[in-house]
Amino acid sequence: MKSKTSVLLLIVLLLFALFPFVGEKFYVQLVAKVMIMAIFAMSLDLLVGYSGLVSLGHAAFFGLAGYVLARLAPQYEAASLWTSLPLALAACAAFALLTGLLVLRTSGVYFIMVTLAFAQMLFFVFHDTPLGGGSDGIYLYAKPELMLGGTSLLNLEDHRVFYWFVLGLVAAVYLLLQRLLDANFGRALIGIKSNEHRMRALGYDTFRYKLGIYMLSGMLAGLAGYLAAMQYGFVNPDILGWHTSGSVLVMVILGGMGTLHGAALGAFVFILLQEVLSNQAWFGPVAKHWQLAMGLFIIAVALFLPRGLAGLSGQRKLREETHG
Amino acid sequence: MAEPILRAVNLSKRFGGLTAVNDVSLELHVGQVHALIGPNGAGKSTLTNLLSGDLKPSAGHIHYAGVDLAGMSAERISHLGLGRSYQKTNIFLAFSVFENCRLAAQSRRQRAWRIFRKASRFEDVNARARAALEAVGLASRRDAIAAALSHGEQRQLEIAMCLATEPQVLLLDEPLAGMGPQESGTIVELIRSLTAAHAIMLIEHDMDAVFAVAHRLTVMVNGEVLASGTPSEVRANEVVQQAYLGEEHGAGDV
Repeated sequence: MKSKTSVLLLIVLLLFALFPFVGEKFYVQLVAKVMIMAIFAMSLDLLVGYSGLVSLGHAAFFGLAGYVLARLAPQYEAASLWTSLPLALAACAAFALLTGLLVLRTSGVYFIMVTLAFAQMLFFVFHDTPLGGGSDGIYLYAKPELMLGGTSLLNLEDHRVFYWFVLGLVAAVYLLLQRLLDANFGRALIGIKSNEHRMRALGYDTFRYKLGIYMLSGMLAGLAGYLAAMQYGFVNPDILGWHTSGSVLVMVILGGMGTLHGAALGAFVFILLQEVLSNQAWFGPVAKHWQLAMGLFIIAVALFLPRGLAGLSGQRKLREETHG
Repeated sequence: MAEPILRAVNLSKRFGGLTAVNDVSLELHVGQVHALIGPNGAGKSTLTNLLSGDLKPSAGHIHYAGVDLAGMSAERISHLGLGRSYQKTNIFLAFSVFENCRLAAQSRRQRAWRIFRKASRFEDVNARARAALEAVGLASRRDAIAAALSHGEQRQLEIAMCLATEPQVLLLDEPLAGMGPQESGTIVELIRSLTAAHAIMLIEHDMDAVFAVAHRLTVMVNGEVLASGTPSEVRANEVVQQAYLGEEHGAGDV
């Protein structure tokens, strides 16, 4: 079972790695976008699927990292990836710590509401103060550079190199989280989700676990937001908005909560479907109303696949993981 | 008598106008089983919740290991060496029997490093979980999903989880409730074998079991201590006989 999964993973990774050799630029960029959203969705799944914390403010981290990059970048030159990425992630960690100390004292509907509230506050900070450049946002004229001793390690301006760079990061995040969730920390998280009261009686400081995962989740969302800002070449308040938070939540639910590959799959299907359904060449005037078709699809998945798309393979991943 | 390991002094718990526990004092000694009996609603479980930190006392102190536990969080109290089992089975239903115990044992090993090491590879934790399962007689069911256990087995698991945290003080809230005679026998034997090294507080309605293991008895009625003493003292106490023991025995004991 274990080795079969590894082989499958390797094959998937290989296929993705080879794609830029055959795919057109537009599609290579599209898949890079999908992979970035997969990181975003996996980060949210840590909260929704593994910790039972349904956040409707996850875009805050995504957008925050993007804005940090935009603010750090010199106007017409490239920022250094070495400094801007850690700073962006640190900002997300700090924001997660600050808000986490408050929001994690709530649960259920209240958690949804306060996470949304904090995200909206951040939205207006960047929308309405000189910090953010208003509703137009800020342009990034060059992607951050990965320099070592005066030479550039990767030419990230090249769409293929950027694609592989993102692919490497998705794979790293996936493997890292898989390990983490299979270790003591992950087991404790799943226990907290299942029965927090009992975990406390067993001696677990559940608040610290939740704060830990909240910060990690925020930082990974920040990584996705940083990459997205890098790819689009600009940031605007939309990336912080509740639409973005809602979309990533739908990705997680679509793919299947509590499975990392499910969240990634959800991101994939969501973005591709969005792309297809809004294609005017195929659907003509109907394409404008792509959200209608998307809505129907989401309802269908919710009705017929309560475990999400990942449930299609008949896997009961979470149960297996907790099975001694 | 030796110093008690745990001393609850004048504990009270009020819920609005209702006083669930009123001015209760109690001592627990290592090597002794202190049974807490009384009719339903007497405040026995509330008292347990006060000791374990599940509830914060409205008044009073709990002296243990040089500190006052009153108002401390449940997780800190657990780490100081108080373990409890619940009257209403409180386990992780979706997990395997072993994982329930492993998670309990893991709580004693919270190191920040080795965060990427597979949880199942910590042999000391596994060993503690296995030992706890063996102690309660559930070793053969280790791979079953907890939800699939019989009621009695879930009760056994409840106790095993408490044991896996290796507490010094055990607060057992009706451990025998819903168990068959054979399972009950196993648990009574288990309580006996744990007595030497632990201080045990036992809430139980099964009077045969209570008198079989208890060194001291406290009778609670309406949140207050009615009588406290050795089993023979309490048995001879007329007030207790009238208020509780005689009545219930007469009405067919549970």
